Amino acid sequence: MVQKTPMTLAEKLVARAAGQDVVRPGEVVTAKVDLAMMHDSGGPRRVAPMLERLQAKLWDPNKVVVISDHYVPAVDAESAGILDLTRKWVKAAGVTKFHDMQGICHVVLPERGHLRPGLFVVGGDSHSPTGGAFGCYMFGVGATEMCGVLVTGEIWLRVPETILLHWTGKLGPGVAAKDMILAMCAKLGMDGGRYQAIQYAGDTIAGLSMQERMTLSNMAAELGAQTGLIAPDAVTRDYLLAAGVPDGEIDITTWHGDAGAKVERHDFDAASLSPMVAAPHSPANSAAVIEHKGVTVDQAYIGACTGAKINDLRMAASVLKGRKVASNTRLLIAPASVRTTAEAAADGTLATLTEAGAILLSSGCGACAGYGAGVLAENETCIASTARNFKGRMGAGSSKVYLGSPYTVAAAAVAGHIVDPRELLS
Amino acid sequence: MTASNTGRVWKFGDNIDTDVLAPGLYMKGPLSELAKHCLEAVEPRFAKDVKPGDIVVGGRNFGMGSSREQAVMVLRELGVGAVVAPSFAGIFYRNALNLGLLALVCAEASQIRADAVLSVDAANAELRDLDTGKRYTCEALPAHLLQMIADGGLLPNLEKKLKIQRSKEAQA
Repeated sequence: MVQKTPMTLAEKLVARAAGQDVVRPGEVVTAKVDLAMMHDSGGPRRVAPMLERLQAKLWDPNKVVVISDHYVPAVDAESAGILDLTRKWVKAAGVTKFHDMQGICHVVLPERGHLRPGLFVVGGDSHSPTGGAFGCYMFGVGATEMCGVLVTGEIWLRVPETILLHWTGKLGPGVAAKDMILAMCAKLGMDGGRYQAIQYAGDTIAGLSMQERMTLSNMAAELGAQTGLIAPDAVTRDYLLAAGVPDGEIDITTWHGDAGAKVERHDFDAASLSPMVAAPHSPANSAAVIEHKGVTVDQAYIGACTGAKINDLRMAASVLKGRKVASNTRLLIAPASVRTTAEAAADGTLATLTEAGAILLSSGCGACAGYGAGVLAENETCIASTARNFKGRMGAGSSKVYLGSPYTVAAAAVAGHIVDPRELLS
Repeated sequence: MTASNTGRVWKFGDNIDTDVLAPGLYMKGPLSELAKHCLEAVEPRFAKDVKPGDIVVGGRNFGMGSSREQAVMVLRELGVGAVVAPSFAGIFYRNALNLGLLALVCAEASQIRADAVLSVDAANAELRDLDTGKRYTCEALPAHLLQMIADGGLLPNLEKKLKIQRSKEAQA
């Protein structure tokens, strides 16, 4: 019998999409795309003129998902025009998988049942590795590359090496996936992923909810990786069943790396992890929250694909219950999707947030990317549950953004300055 | 793009991000307006003084952050001839090549002098300092990417392929 060389999860996913039995890191292959996701900013407004120039049609309208989440809701004639163009384009192009102002693409995509383990997916947004949490090979591309996919249904890639980030132990109270990823950014740096495939594994990961896993995969982008994979399991299956994916389409047994496959492994301990905060202007500039204790904040922001899913709102609520936002600051909350808002309304989370004095914003990318309501003035300081704190990203060039978990952001809103959220949870 | 061009070097540090290249605040407006703010957070003179053919030399992980192609488009709009760095963020790198902007990985990029005048030879993946004569070797690009850049980027490249495909179909 021929001995088969063990393969990583990433290699198996790419091999399947490339129609090969085996692929090896470094090899350049052409993969068939199972699904292409675009939003209003990088999507139709950019690709429509290109498709026109090429006189080309979509390779398969059923494999295209469009989600308007950047310029929502419209604040002026320009943003209204972008949303209008998006609506007209999907209709003309025959794209029926269209979610207009329903929330942020990376959260809406799995929520509406578009993902399942084994798929090869491209997204027109850098946080597309989020789909890796479901055992999809998903990564971000720019608009021109998206146009290429829309015409040919294919994309080239270099088969990645796998960087295995292995976590053991149980997270303490008040510590979340966001703290894990900030710790990994601090250790590996923003280019630690070297545009290879990251895979998160270990008993800590197995114990996380899908939403927490999505936070890790989402910020594989901040580690500079192409994608951030998590092998599917019963937790994945339960989430997808609830999202309406037929049982027969959820394969949680095939999509695992083989024992002995070559990976670069880094080990982390969850039990000893404390809440983390990233200081301006890089997620890699992370340290234990205690290092930044006392920094006053003009704004606390809970939002974005990274930090405003239902569990994120529940974390914030656990801190805010029976408390008020400090008078020297403001707390803005933009739930990641309209379904998230509905869920938070149903279980009382929303009431806890608003009773504490939180200001609710619409579901979209919003202030995180400097697009929507909630941007910062010159010299203001903000703490946010978002993914990025680059200079000027959230508003004025001199503004400063700290990053933390929803626990840490909510605690700062209550204190008016950065504090260890565990002091408010005990 | 010509096989070889010459330009003055603008040097930047590590982790130059896409928000610094194309700030979100100006993303709704026209490209010409966005380009005026390119890199202003780290070098306010850049957008004003950069000349066609000039070369941007960055540090590690150049172009990290968003997938926005505008981060490449503003550099093209300003006439930048090539971007050189010891490493690039993956999406920026792909976007640059897709838009026909030469991006060269050069391990010795940190040794290139600010304000040096370099000649760029894409086919041979080589840079030369015209004052000192020093040569810098870059990572060679795969043939299909060199062809795509020579065509002017992915779109003209696709246009060419579709034309051939359509004329074959018409003959069949």
